Amino acid sequence: MSETFTVVVNGVQRSIDADPSTALLWALRDAWGLTGTRFGCGAGSCGACTVWVDGVPTHSCDTPLWSVAGKDVTTVEGLTEQGPHPVQEALIAHQAGQCGYCLSGIVMRSAAAVDEARAAGKPLAEDDVRQCLDGHLCRCGAHNRIVRAIVEASEG
Amino acid sequence: MSSPSLSANPLLSTWLDFDTPGRVTAHMGKSELGQGVDTVMVQVVADTLGVDAARIDIKAPDTATGPDENFTAGSLSVPHSGTALLLAAANARQLFLAAAREHLGNSDVTLEDGTFRSADGSINYWDLNVDTHVEIDADIPLPPSSGTIGSSLSRIDLEAKITGQPSYLSDVRLPNMAYGRVIRPAFRGAVGVDINREEFLQRPGVVDVVVDGAFLAVIADTEIVAIETAAELGTTAEWRGEPSDLTDDGVCGFLTTVETDETLLAEGEGVHVEAATHSAQYSRPFIAHASIGPATALAHFDGTVLEVWSHTQGVYPLRRDLARALNMDEADVRVRHFQGAGCYGHNPADDAAFDAAYLALRVPNRPVHVTWTREDELGWGPFGPAMVVYISAATDDDGRITAWSWDGFGNGHSSRPSTLPTPSLLGYSHLSNKPAIPPSGDPPLAAGAGTGRNSIPGYDIPSVRALAHRALEMPVRASAMRSLGAHMNVFAIESHIDDLARQHGIDPLEYRLEHSSDPRARAVIETVAAQAGWGTPVAEDRGRGIGYARYKGLGAWCAVVAEVEAIEEVRVTGLWIAVDCGRVINPDGVENQIEGGALQSLSWTLKERVRFSNGVVTSNTWEDYPIVTFCEVPPVHTTIIDRPEEKWLGAGEASMGPTAAAIGNAIADALGVRVRDLPITSDAIVAAMGD
Ligand code: FES
Ligand code: FES
Repeated sequence: MSETFTVVVNGVQRSIDADPSTALLWALRDAWGLTGTRFGCGAGSCGACTVWVDGVPTHSCDTPLWSVAGKDVTTVEGLTEQGPHPVQEALIAHQAGQCGYCLSGIVMRSAAAVDEARAAGKPLAEDDVRQCLDGHLCRCGAHNRIVRAIVEASEG
Repeated sequence: MSSPSLSANPLLSTWLDFDTPGRVTAHMGKSELGQGVDTVMVQVVADTLGVDAARIDIKAPDTATGPDENFTAGSLSVPHSGTALLLAAANARQLFLAAAREHLGNSDVTLEDGTFRSADGSINYWDLNVDTHVEIDADIPLPPSSGTIGSSLSRIDLEAKITGQPSYLSDVRLPNMAYGRVIRPAFRGAVGVDINREEFLQRPGVVDVVVDGAFLAVIADTEIVAIETAAELGTTAEWRGEPSDLTDDGVCGFLTTVETDETLLAEGEGVHVEAATHSAQYSRPFIAHASIGPATALAHFDGTVLEVWSHTQGVYPLRRDLARALNMDEADVRVRHFQGAGCYGHNPADDAAFDAAYLALRVPNRPVHVTWTREDELGWGPFGPAMVVYISAATDDDGRITAWSWDGFGNGHSSRPSTLPTPSLLGYSHLSNKPAIPPSGDPPLAAGAGTGRNSIPGYDIPSVRALAHRALEMPVRASAMRSLGAHMNVFAIESHIDDLARQHGIDPLEYRLEHSSDPRARAVIETVAAQAGWGTPVAEDRGRGIGYARYKGLGAWCAVVAEVEAIEEVRVTGLWIAVDCGRVINPDGVENQIEGGALQSLSWTLKERVRFSNGVVTSNTWEDYPIVTFCEVPPVHTTIIDRPEEKWLGAGEASMGPTAAAIGNAIADALGVRVRDLPITSDAIVAAMGD
């Protein structure tokens, strides 16, 4: 049965009539036109769809709408609103990607970690970044560049 | 200079246009697959025309406007398209320069960022009136390079992707667009399906439910309704037919006993097993493309013309197969390339294009957007073929190899659109009374072969025999995947070479050099050995191995050293790579491709295997088809040997075989155990210890 859900996405109130179990990913992409969040698996196994829910990196593909009603969601578009995040700048500088399909999810995961590291004045080590991204898949083999870029971004 | 792309599309105006003031448009026939080819073409055109790279626009392949360059495959984009655009730009520059001289009344003309200057004034490309409907002269002298070729220009498309802008076909939204989802049969062998169509048609937002044979699909007003309806159709559908009974465990036996056709690739005497110093069998399973983004397509039918957007590797061949499958005139079908997630060969992009096209014909004047599920992407796409390889080698008393025989069994490495007797589009094969997809074929040796790609060792061996046995039945659909047979063959050959070196107590590096008179082979082998500290001791529980090949025997030279640690599990701790792909257009791009190829090969070699039984591919989730993760990826050190005077060669596939081989040899060095059947999992190592 359809219900109306309201979510604050990148600071803007959005609503949708949908089944409560509908994944946040499809509300973002289909109803609200925010296609920067990518579909990879729909099962929480690849990381491509990562967004922030109340600031916490979350797979939007297995997050049902009922669980985010009234919450704050940030997508890659929101993160980039005021210009690229330091993580994005570093990824661009390192040319860290090939097809780039995995990257918006990786940006959202690592931006949270980098923000925290910079606030604490504790840059991330390579291993920290690898651990942080271990749930993210990249088929093109851009891993090492991505890791180097994020380490650099965390150094501030 | 020559390029088949040019012979097929000889007119300058096909390749370049100057229609927009201040801009140059280069028309591509090869697709950007995530490999960075568009950026490389920008460099070639900018450098040769004498304009800034920022002025060049790339027009993606399009059967309505662009050249026919067949497929984007075989590491041939740079040799084919790059050469065609180089010559097109050189011709354009000469024509415009002549016109500029005439206009300026002066022979002393300089060119900077598209503007020709003399003492008397200046004029640019766009203000000159030059007829570009002329044939390209392939023997034209090339203008001096400004250095754009050879520089690491940043990718023209990457920033948009990193900042989450609409970049992929899945992100395209058109007015009044409908969304299609196809529900694949529960098993291979299904011929029909029973569903309660009427009930689904009544649901809000459902536009149509399409049933034809074993093809079942829904078209809906929104993507959410399409997804949810497809899921329910999937759980309620009852499929009719007989599942096939083959399992992946039985594949080696199947491929070596089923009917085959033979192609002799090297005609030497070779050596019979009984006379051989060393004989062994090697194998690999079917491998999935496993792109991070599932296949997508978009189609629109206006009542006459069908327009299809696809992340295909070949817009023209796809158009031919769509026209055949849909019984339409080719002239009424237009196929346009639009980027998708990373593509490493013939993946389901073309199948998705058929799905969208077929559904668009049901709802004229409405664009239909189709996206596959993850499960279908891993379960129903074409797979990289399983292979079984036998190698026998004879040596003299000093260990010198005197004769070599290779026999390779497997399905052909291409069922690409328009290359088979009937269409090779999955959805078409599921329609009622349509033929199954015929067994895949193999490219000829001159094009690098398929099963037999890199089957002839790149060493000095007096007598080599190589015989490919192409299986005429497919357990699951097989087609082209990055490097085709080279991954398996280089792994097998280089494992065999290492075994022979050890049998004769010769260092594997020395042994390779003793058999290599090709200076460019020696250069990559010696370079990588120096980089990796070959000969220095390795820690306990560690091993080091080397692998080498010249891709296809015609392409880039590449050598890899791997270091592994084998304690409880095998972990690759480092890869060193040396590559010679001739003249380098974009060093950073080459490094990115070589490293990416090596890491993908590492993943195939250690982890990947398509599993199936009773007509069902069970490895259809990331849990059941794991690929390499961030924590498993080792540091990679790549050295490019640039040869500015030589021809440019592709780099996308060169590292696949040598990486697999280096890892296998490093594991053998660490454990004293030779694993010959991929993937080299812990279980495979334990099994090999018992041999
Ligand atoms: S799409 Fe959400 S984790 Fe893969
Ligand atoms: S860059 Fe293609 S999947 Fe990561």
